[in-house]
Amino acid sequence: MGKRVGMEVGIAAAEAVALCNIDVAAVYPITPQSHIAEHLADIVHDGRINAEFITVESEHSSISACAGASAAGARVYTATSSQGLMLMHEILPIVSAMRLPVVMGNANRAISGPLNIWNDHTDIMPQRDCGWICMFAENGQEVIDMTIQSFKIAEHPDVMLPIVLNIDGFQLTHMIEPMEFPSQAQVNRFLPPRKPFVALHPDNPISMGCFNMPDIFTESMKAKETALRNSKKIIVKIWNEWGKLFGRHYRPVETYKAKGAKTLILTMGSMGETASVAVDEMRKKGASVGLVKMRLWRPLPIEELRAAIKGAKTLIVMDRAISFGGAGGPVATDIKSYLFQDKSRPRIVNYIMGLGGRDVTVDDFIAMTKKAAKKKEDTFEFYGVRE
Amino acid sequence: MIEIRWHGRGGQGAVTSVEMLAMAAIEAGKYAQGFPAFGPERRGAPVMAFNRISEKPIKIRSGIYRPDVVVVLDPSLVGLVNVTDGLKPGGVLVVNTSKPASEIRKVLNYKGRLYTVDATHIAREELGVPIANTTMLGAVLKATGVLALKDLSAPLAERFGRLAIKNVKALKRAYDGVKTAQAA
Repeated sequence: MGKRVGMEVGIAAAEAVALCNIDVAAVYPITPQSHIAEHLADIVHDGRINAEFITVESEHSSISACAGASAAGARVYTATSSQGLMLMHEILPIVSAMRLPVVMGNANRAISGPLNIWNDHTDIMPQRDCGWICMFAENGQEVIDMTIQSFKIAEHPDVMLPIVLNIDGFQLTHMIEPMEFPSQAQVNRFLPPRKPFVALHPDNPISMGCFNMPDIFTESMKAKETALRNSKKIIVKIWNEWGKLFGRHYRPVETYKAKGAKTLILTMGSMGETASVAVDEMRKKGASVGLVKMRLWRPLPIEELRAAIKGAKTLIVMDRAISFGGAGGPVATDIKSYLFQDKSRPRIVNYIMGLGGRDVTVDDFIAMTKKAAKKKEDTFEFYGVRE
Repeated sequence: MIEIRWHGRGGQGAVTSVEMLAMAAIEAGKYAQGFPAFGPERRGAPVMAFNRISEKPIKIRSGIYRPDVVVVLDPSLVGLVNVTDGLKPGGVLVVNTSKPASEIRKVLNYKGRLYTVDATHIAREELGVPIANTTMLGAVLKATGVLALKDLSAPLAERFGRLAIKNVKALKRAYDGVKTAQAA
C-alpha cells in the first residue's frame, strides 16, 4: 500500500494522468477544471513525462486534436467542464464512432445560463447519448484509480471507446484530502502501452470515420450501440483486476446498508458519501434505509441496479440535472423506463436537487427521505426550491 | 471530528492556511479536508475556507455550518461579518487583533472561549508583510491542540522553500503569544 498524501483532488487527477504514460494531452482551461489543466501542463513542461501538451484555442479544438492524435495511435487525455464540454459536443459522437479510446476528465459544473460555475450534472447529461462510456467518481482516491483504469478500459480491443470520468467540480476538484498513489512500476504492469487496431500513418494511408450512405449508417449506429453495451463486461473485468491488485473494489452499482432496506436513496458522484452519513443517522433511529450508488452511467448497468433495489418499496432518485419539459431528472427517467414492465418495482420518488452548487447536506438527505415516505405514487419535484 | 471555519479577505491566504493544516494533519496520520468557500477569487472581499480533521475517514462533503472552531484572519472583519454564526456551544474563537479580548467580546456579543493574538504585528516583524495566515496557524494549534507545532514544518517547507524558516518562526511566536480569555 502506498503512503497517504494530502493533495488537492484536481492536482491528483493530473498526477494520475502522468502515471499513465500518455503521448498527447490537449486541454483548454476552464473553472473548476483549471488545476488539472495547469498541473498537467507543468508536468509536461518540467519533463516529468514524455508527452506533447497541445495548447489549443478552444475545447472544440482540444477534443478534435485528441481525436486526431488518438487516430494516429497515441494515448490521449483531455479534461474540461460545463461550457467547454458543451463546445465539444459536436465532436463527441465522432470520437466514439471512430472507436477512439480518448480519456476525458470532466469537472462537473452547471451549464449557463445564467452563468454559474458551481457543481451539478447538467453538463454531462446533454452528452449522454454521444456513445461514450460515462462514469462517476465519489472521492479523490476514486479519481486517481478510475483515471488509470479508464485508459486500460478504453483501449481494450473489445471496447475501443472513449471514456468520460465525471469529477464533481469544487466538491472534488478543489478538495484537499488524503489519497494514495500506486507506484509507476505498478501502473506500468497494470497498463501496458496502447496497441491500436489501426492507426493513421503517412506511409500507409487509410481513411477513418468519413462517410456513410443511408444503406450502411444504421448498421454503424447499431455497431456503436453493441460496442458500448458490450463494454460493461470488460469494465467489470478490469475493475476486478484492479481490486485484486490494490484492494480497492469498483462495481457498476454499489450499495451501502441496502440489503433488505424498505427505502433506498440513489446517487451518482460525490454526494454518495454525504448520503451514506445520512443513512447511518436514520438507521440509528431505526429507519429501514439504504443507499445505492451508480458508478457507471453509460452503459447503464440495469441488471446490477435491479439486483440492488430488489424488494425495496421506495427508490429515491437524486438528480443533479433536469430534462426540461420531460419526465423528470435524467437518471430517474432512465430507471423508470427500464423498470416500466417489471412485475414488481419500487415507487420512484425523484428529486431535482443540488443544482448550480446548492449544497446538499446530511439533513437534506434525511428531509428528502421523510418527504418521500409520504408519497403514494411515482413523482418528481424540485427539492429545497423557494417559490 | 473537528470542523474549522476560517474568515479572511481574498488574497490574505485563508485557503493556504487550510491547505497547510489539512496536509499537516494527513502527514501526521490523520484524515482531513481543506477547501475554500467554492467560487471565484475576489481580492479584498470577505472570504471563508474550511477544515475537517478526524481520526477516522471523513465522509461528509457538504459545507460547514456548525464549526467547532472559528478563525478570524483579518481584524477588520470583526463586527463586519457574523463570524460567530453557528459556532458550537463550547467552541473556540481565535481572532487576529491588536485589541483587548473584552472589546472583541463586546463587539461580537460573545461569551464563549476566546483566543486573541496580534498576528499582523508578528507577521510584519518576522515576514515583512501584513499577511497573517501562516502566523495564525500557530494560534490555532495552541487554541485547539489539533496538531503539534512540529507537524506544520514539513508542509510549510514544501510550500515556502527558503521562506519557510521565517514562517515557522512567526507561527511559533503566535503559538507562544496567543492569549486566552476565559469564558465570561
